[in-house]
Amino acid sequence: MSRLSDEHLQQLLDDYTAVAGREVIQHLRQLAATLKGAKVVHVNSTREGGGVAEILHKLIPLKQALGIDAQWEVINGQAGFYQCTKGFHNALQGVPVNLPEALLREYERTNAENAETLRSALHDADFVFIHDPQPAALIQHFPEHRGKWIWRFHIDASRPYRPVWKYLRQFVTGYDASIFSMPEFAQPLPHPQYIIAPSIDPLTDKNRELPPHEIEAVRQKFNLDPELPMILQVSRYDRFKDPIGVIEAYRLASRQTPMQLVLAGGGASDDPEGDAVLSEVRQAAKDDPNIHVLLLPSDAHLTINALQRAADIVLQKSLREGFGLTVSEAMWKGRPVIGGDTGGIRLQVIDHYTGFLVRTPEGAALRIRYLLHRRDLLHEMGERARRFVWENYLITRHLREYLTLMLALVNGSQDRIEVGM
Amino acid sequence: MSTSSDSTPFAVRDCALISLADGIKAQTLREFRTALDKVPAGSIDHHFWGRLLRPQFDEPEYNNDFASWAYHALHDKPLAERLSMVVPTDFDDLEGLRQELIEVIEERLDESEFVPWARADQQFHFLQAQIVVFDTGLRFANPAELCPYLTQLSTGSIYYHFIDARSRTPERSDDFSTWLPAFGEEYAPLVRALSALDPYFSSLKELRQNLVRIFSACCEEVES
Repeated sequence: MSRLSDEHLQQLLDDYTAVAGREVIQHLRQLAATLKGAKVVHVNSTREGGGVAEILHKLIPLKQALGIDAQWEVINGQAGFYQCTKGFHNALQGVPVNLPEALLREYERTNAENAETLRSALHDADFVFIHDPQPAALIQHFPEHRGKWIWRFHIDASRPYRPVWKYLRQFVTGYDASIFSMPEFAQPLPHPQYIIAPSIDPLTDKNRELPPHEIEAVRQKFNLDPELPMILQVSRYDRFKDPIGVIEAYRLASRQTPMQLVLAGGGASDDPEGDAVLSEVRQAAKDDPNIHVLLLPSDAHLTINALQRAADIVLQKSLREGFGLTVSEAMWKGRPVIGGDTGGIRLQVIDHYTGFLVRTPEGAALRIRYLLHRRDLLHEMGERARRFVWENYLITRHLREYLTLMLALVNGSQDRIEVGM
Repeated sequence: MSTSSDSTPFAVRDCALISLADGIKAQTLREFRTALDKVPAGSIDHHFWGRLLRPQFDEPEYNNDFASWAYHALHDKPLAERLSMVVPTDFDDLEGLRQELIEVIEERLDESEFVPWARADQQFHFLQAQIVVFDTGLRFANPAELCPYLTQLSTGSIYYHFIDARSRTPERSDDFSTWLPAFGEEYAPLVRALSALDPYFSSLKELRQNLVRIFSACCEEVES
């Protein structure tokens, strides 16, 4: 990822000042002052697709704009590596998955190879943030690391399949700290476990304001009926996102209220199961002309933005969810969200205030019908949802917590840390 | 306006909190009671005050995490109401607050026919926090100078000077009330008004609005 010019970095902070407020940016500048020049490396397994990549695309330049020497590295692997890490992903969310030894050896070999490629960057860093299980084993190859190594885990691991967690734990224990999105996801580990929720970037193509003609163009492109209420779920084709349950909810709700359902998702380059799930979804949608199953490229940010703005109601009916960035994205656009009563969705959807939490397709259908018949409440909830995201889930809050964590780690484990005083 | 030549300027500080998992959790009310005995005092403080700087809906039904859990996870409304009226500013220290919480829970356990329990995915997870404090470099020589700036105080500064101060100053008071007496009797009404400001039922933004209102009223009076 190439570094922006100083002029662009300054402009970036000015842009965020306009959205988040002067006070917020000033706070970040002061927190970052004592970290100036610190070398920070983030490592994950994909540059495009998925929430982690989206966050890093903006977190890195923002850190740079605050004077921190931040960079982003991506590890590479072969099909066997991604098959193994998808197995980790499923197992850590509670699915019993027995991974063959050969795949585990492939995982370890891939991490060893990437450790050599990244050796100088990681060895010299003051802070290394390793995102998710894919690069977790890198730390084994830096037994005498100089900086602080932090494992950032993004998924709902509240009840992991124990044999897989036990395998990964051997790597994770070597870190100086770990970060989970919610306290429910934390696991017993011999180091501090910080709680930091993810965030959305209000200035990206995915979330910026759009003129009506751009929304209309997307509606036309996908043959969406402007006269029919539209419900939408945006997510990867993944069983944990329960796309089949969404179709069931749509079928139940549309018996009395005509509407259209849009399922919009792309693949992430580190997810080998997407095609199979997409095919199940297409099969379930059958020939219903009012179900639109869209497979979008990973850079279709403007399209997703327009779909979220075109929708009346947004669903995120996940069965497990680390956070669910699409929830905050929809709320930022003033849409109430009907979300699965699970994981990080609970942080964002305040039941009956910013949307509804549901456990079944029937529950989702009930709330869809209710909101479509109570347009006044739909708009009121949408307004509250937007304000809630503005106050809590923008990337500026996320960055503030990263900076606070870095200051906490370099100043020891005491409860109170005073800097620059 | 009277000024005090030996008074120190008000140094504006700011802070940020970062939450940590304690690794202690409870699924039943009895487990919760046992956990309350052993969690660090800082954890109890965090579940009362730290929530002000954490992502949260600004119109919560209950104003501490324990009461919210009693209502939303245990579905025990009487307990939620009682826990919600355990007001931390009524206690000299966190140990006193801890004992009161335990009393309320013991009472509820005594009157319950079965032990209230939560679903496995709605357990109470105890948190604590690290606070990072930094100097903004801003200094105000007297209340009249400070007053116009109050609208620009960050929520972190409000937390530090109004909430955090109560646990770190010998007077167990906010920093403004500790600073103001050096400027003479004319600021005594302001100190009284500050002491009547109950931070337990406000968001930090509401606290800031209230500070601005009572500082402005007092400063106008002094000037006139």
